[in-house]
Amino acid sequence: MEKTWNNRAWFMVLPVLILVAFNAIIPLMTVVNYSVQETFGGNVFFFSGVTWFQDVLLSDRFHAALGRQLFFTFTILFIEIPLGVAIALTMPRKGFWVSVCLVLMALPLLIPWNVVGAIWNILALPDIGLLGQMLNGMGFDYNYTRHPLDAWFTLILMDVWHWTSLVVLLAYAGLISIPDAYYQAAKIDAASRWAVFRHIQLPKMKRVLTIAILLRFMDSFMIYTEPSVLTGGGPGNATTLLSIDLVKIALGQFDLGRAAAMSIVYFLIVLLLSWVFYTLMMRNEEQS
Amino acid sequence: MARIVLENIAHAYGPSPKGPEDYALKTLNHVWENGGAYALLGPSGCGKTTLLNIISGLITPSEGRVLFDGKDITALPTAERNIAQVFQFPVIYDTMTVAQNLAFPLRNRSVSRAEVEKRVAEVAKMLDLLPILTKRARGLTADVKQKVSLGRGLVRPDVTAILFDEPLTVIDPHLKWQLRSKLKELHRQFDLTMVYVTHDQTEALTFADKVVVMYEGEVVQIGTPEDLFERPAHTFVGYFIGSPGMNVAPVTVTGNRARLGTHDIQLGRAYSELPAGTKIELGIRPEFIRVSNSGRGMPGRVVRVDDIGRYRVVKVDLDGHPFNAIADEDAEISDDRASVVLDPANVHIYADGRLVEGKPLSAGAA
Repeated sequence: MEKTWNNRAWFMVLPVLILVAFNAIIPLMTVVNYSVQETFGGNVFFFSGVTWFQDVLLSDRFHAALGRQLFFTFTILFIEIPLGVAIALTMPRKGFWVSVCLVLMALPLLIPWNVVGAIWNILALPDIGLLGQMLNGMGFDYNYTRHPLDAWFTLILMDVWHWTSLVVLLAYAGLISIPDAYYQAAKIDAASRWAVFRHIQLPKMKRVLTIAILLRFMDSFMIYTEPSVLTGGGPGNATTLLSIDLVKIALGQFDLGRAAAMSIVYFLIVLLLSWVFYTLMMRNEEQS
Repeated sequence: MARIVLENIAHAYGPSPKGPEDYALKTLNHVWENGGAYALLGPSGCGKTTLLNIISGLITPSEGRVLFDGKDITALPTAERNIAQVFQFPVIYDTMTVAQNLAFPLRNRSVSRAEVEKRVAEVAKMLDLLPILTKRARGLTADVKQKVSLGRGLVRPDVTAILFDEPLTVIDPHLKWQLRSKLKELHRQFDLTMVYVTHDQTEALTFADKVVVMYEGEVVQIGTPEDLFERPAHTFVGYFIGSPGMNVAPVTVTGNRARLGTHDIQLGRAYSELPAGTKIELGIRPEFIRVSNSGRGMPGRVVRVDDIGRYRVVKVDLDGHPFNAIADEDAEISDDRASVVLDPANVHIYADGRLVEGKPLSAGAA
């Protein structure tokens, strides 16, 4: 067939190009733009090179926020992934209760993030909240607005409550895709419950768990709404995660250059860690 | 070694079966002799897999007992029976190597390391798996995977029976032959009872000494491939085995003559007492019908002729009843005035689908 050469065909790509430009490239570029400039007000900007980046990377404040962020993310991963898998393993494979379990599991995921924050905020209030009052009634001196440890406890509990379901649903999807014959063969091979998990269920869940870990990692690393509503980063700076710190700098102090530089560093860290995670988890796959 | 007896076995998946229609497997008595090669043949959903799973213990039957060399094992868990099973889709442990896969059933039974290595090497040699022992099981082709899952059964010295649940379904056609002859070879080499479930008649007939044909939860015939061909005990067997299947047509029978429409058909046996109130049918395999232009025989109308290659399948119409007949490549068949002859020795009479024995004719009576 004769091919028609017509450069107007490029117009076909234009809508996508415009879309991507407006929702990704241009906003990102404005951030890049701010990150290399300094202003002393009056909407006058000066080029300042990489000074903002140096500033951010060397500041103790950023290090502290990053440290808290990493602690938060890895803590919830260590809790949510095993817990999610454990719950998925106990869910029924057939029958009426399957849909009941699935709906119950999906419920926390349907609640808007700031509502989750508000629920836990009220629930954990030491004087009137159900959880707060109960803990105090049991003799604990619990007050998440005053004690950093209590704030962390509440924050992690909230995230586990909100997001373990996602891991459960993904792990469950992996589990029910395992044909019955595998379990039957395992019975014939006299495999123990642990061997069934180790050699059948875990390998079959690997792909979905990879996705679950990546999603939970990225989401928790970028988490803002829930901790912001729950503790607002407090008490003091105890629960000030990266995103909360970023908003404080950008909107609280209106320090645009520093905030922009921090955004980019933040973005690169997420990208880098996601890549590391993915490569580590997929390395096994390629070896075989 | 392993003589498996099924005593009044029946199974229903529902909790409280009421009528026979609730049973996936209707009451069944059967003996699997030690060292026999059996094929369990039947259409999908006829209860073959249920029966197999009862033997291996994956299902506990609702009724009846399973005996292993006289010992009641109905309640014994699968792992403690001396049985291995190969499934329709190859079951392998992805993350392990071939050798680890083979060793798995032994490891779980805490067999000593040296013994495990010895058995794995033996079985791998038997199944030609030696060159790939250290390979990950994940990347293997379906036929090799199926060999590995068979190997996991053979590796156990206690296994005396191997059950196959349509093991060749996902195997490429040209490899099916190889794998099947490997199975036969293993069967000859070892004193193993093999039960092979399939819905493919060629597979069943080439694999087994005895074929068990199942239909709607019942065993309708157990016999050698010749029995199934020459004396189908049920119209379903006649229809299911053979290509094309047996011709079945409603008739009225008196003594040794059957009436099909306006035609009178000579029978090889006499049927004096046919059960009353049943549907009487005549069955004859296409191989035993001769269609010619000779003028001798019943007049029939040829509907179509299909050339299969070495022979032809002729579809003739006898008073509105279609019959398939096998004709030689060079037989002369014209459209309108074909003569049809049914070989009396191979005409069978069925009452409600089941073969009626009849009495042999005394000499001269015909």
